[in-house]
Amino acid sequence: MKLTCKEVGRLISEGLDRKLSLRQRTALRLHLVLCDACTRISAQFRFLRRAASRYPGPERDPGESSGG
Amino acid sequence: MLQLRNQAQAEDVVQETLMAAIQGAKNFAGKSSVRTWLVGILKHKIVDLIRRASREQALDLPDAETSLEDFDVLYTDDGHYASMPAGWGDPDAALSQRKFFEILERCLEGLPKNTARVFMMREVMGLETGEICKELAITATNCWVLLYRARMGLRACLEKRWFALDA
Repeated sequence: MKLTCKEVGRLISEGLDRKLSLRQRTALRLHLVLCDACTRISAQFRFLRRAASRYPGPERDPGESSGG
Repeated sequence: MLQLRNQAQAEDVVQETLMAAIQGAKNFAGKSSVRTWLVGILKHKIVDLIRRASREQALDLPDAETSLEDFDVLYTDDGHYASMPAGWGDPDAALSQRKFFEILERCLEGLPKNTARVFMMREVMGLETGEICKELAITATNCWVLLYRARMGLRACLEKRWFALDA
């Protein structure tokens, strides 16, 4: 199974939401070894997950006003 | 609060959170900061509210929100990237900056409504997709497509509004 970058983007995303089949995981891994663009996309999707899980962000400085 | 429909709902949920916090104060073990503990309760309350709301009203999902065609411009005809996605350096440095989360919030607000909602349920509240599909009465495939669209949209938005400026 040879994948295009477009297909790989979807699989990277789906892999964060469900367990991919062994076949899909293998094809994905093979593609990522060779493709810097998709490796970046993969890192960025995983970063989005870390960022979202920390939302709403760091604590304010004690001196900072809470605003509206 | 992005995932609630109005100010009154947001105020109610904050009030419920504070009530729950007062009642549960003895359960606060001091392992996390008070803020983390309160945000944790708040997330649960919002999930409850979304559950109640989605039972009342089926999700209205326009075709445009589940289409994948908008991303075609990123790719060549044979499915490669037309231009290399930018590197973000050390993106985790952004996680200690309040300003970054303001931009993230604005990027979320720029997404179509259901796309943003599904992303919030999955990544901010940590629900499983099975649960999201059930609560919103959408198919698993639509759920994955919405999450993919959210991630692609957010990465493009953050790249433009944060990482391009940060570099």
